[in-house]
Amino acid sequence: MSFMKELTKGIVKENPTFVIVLGMCPTLATTTSVNNAIGMGLAATFVLVCSNIMISLIRKITPDKIRIPVYVIVIAAFVSIVDMVMAAYLPDLHKALGLFIPLIVVNCIIMGRAEAFASKNGVMDSMADGIGMGLGFTLALILVSSFREILGNGTWAGMKVMPDIYNPMLMAVLPAGAFITLGLLMAAINNLKEKYL
Amino acid sequence: MNTLSQILVLAISAIFIQNFVLSRFLGLCPYLGVSTKMESAFGMGMAVIFVMTMASAFCSLIYKYLLVPYNITYLSTLAFILTIAALVQFVEMFILKNSPSLYKALGVYLPLITTNCAVLGVAILNITPLPDGSTYNFLFATLNGFFSGVGFTFVLLVMAAIRERLALVDLPKSMRGFAHGMILAGTMALAFSGFIGLKI
Repeated sequence: MSFMKELTKGIVKENPTFVIVLGMCPTLATTTSVNNAIGMGLAATFVLVCSNIMISLIRKITPDKIRIPVYVIVIAAFVSIVDMVMAAYLPDLHKALGLFIPLIVVNCIIMGRAEAFASKNGVMDSMADGIGMGLGFTLALILVSSFREILGNGTWAGMKVMPDIYNPMLMAVLPAGAFITLGLLMAAINNLKEKYL
Repeated sequence: MNTLSQILVLAISAIFIQNFVLSRFLGLCPYLGVSTKMESAFGMGMAVIFVMTMASAFCSLIYKYLLVPYNITYLSTLAFILTIAALVQFVEMFILKNSPSLYKALGVYLPLITTNCAVLGVAILNITPLPDGSTYNFLFATLNGFFSGVGFTFVLLVMAAIRERLALVDLPKSMRGFAHGMILAGTMALAFSGFIGLKI
């Protein structure tokens, strides 16, 4: 029962991007296309699940004073794995995400969940929390990137969705478009929350 | 091009054209989190410039003399984050011992900097090959760290100044907080995208 609860809370109620507002850098930088967003989301989810499991396993033998460096090393190890696997099997995606793969190490969501959840809860719950938060993050990335790709390029995940007559709005894929899209989406979600929750 | 004009080009591109916050999307958490007051923005900015310069210098040396000779460059992410964490700790202790007044000004911001992605970002960018295949040498890596930090501080201060003036504006309830900050940042990014056309 609690497994399902931990799993679903990250998707809507405690969505890391729109509710807790963590990990803004990849949310803005990798959402120029839906494919990049899915790649980034899944890479972060993998690291989040693995590091949550690992940190939960070692939570009883980790001295309290040096727990942050321990977490950083665990997270950095999994990020290096993702980095190398992606470079070997998905070189195009690895090139598109570039700097933001190694930067998963300092993504506040992963550190935040390690500190706030995995260091205090059992392995199964931590895994569920990791999967839920990771999916919430991925869905948020897909939402932002859908707006940006459709407006800025007329396509969704590479497929043409806008009629030929549509003139792509280049600003949406530029940095400025990222900030404004996310700002408006946050305002819209705040508004919906006030009305329905 | 002689070295001096190369440094000038590096400075202009790091501060304006490829600004860390507005064009590379690095260091957004402090940019949105510490930009409500001018005073704290200034403290944060100075601490970031300091740590970014030091981190660039140390990571560049570690990469060149430790990771490359032993052929373990795949450990660079791990090595850099540990270097930065240790460095921040060391800087904190050093400032506390030698200049308590500086510590008072910067102290609270220093631990936050370890997880500022701009610092790790600049260390990784320094070892990433440039379009012509070369990488920055020690001097340019350090200067790149310094100028990128200056660029970060510049937009942080501008943002803090804007937000101080807009503090009492009566916004719709759903636009308050982060949503409003994002739109402000977007407007600034739009202005900064004008620098992309700069030919140097």
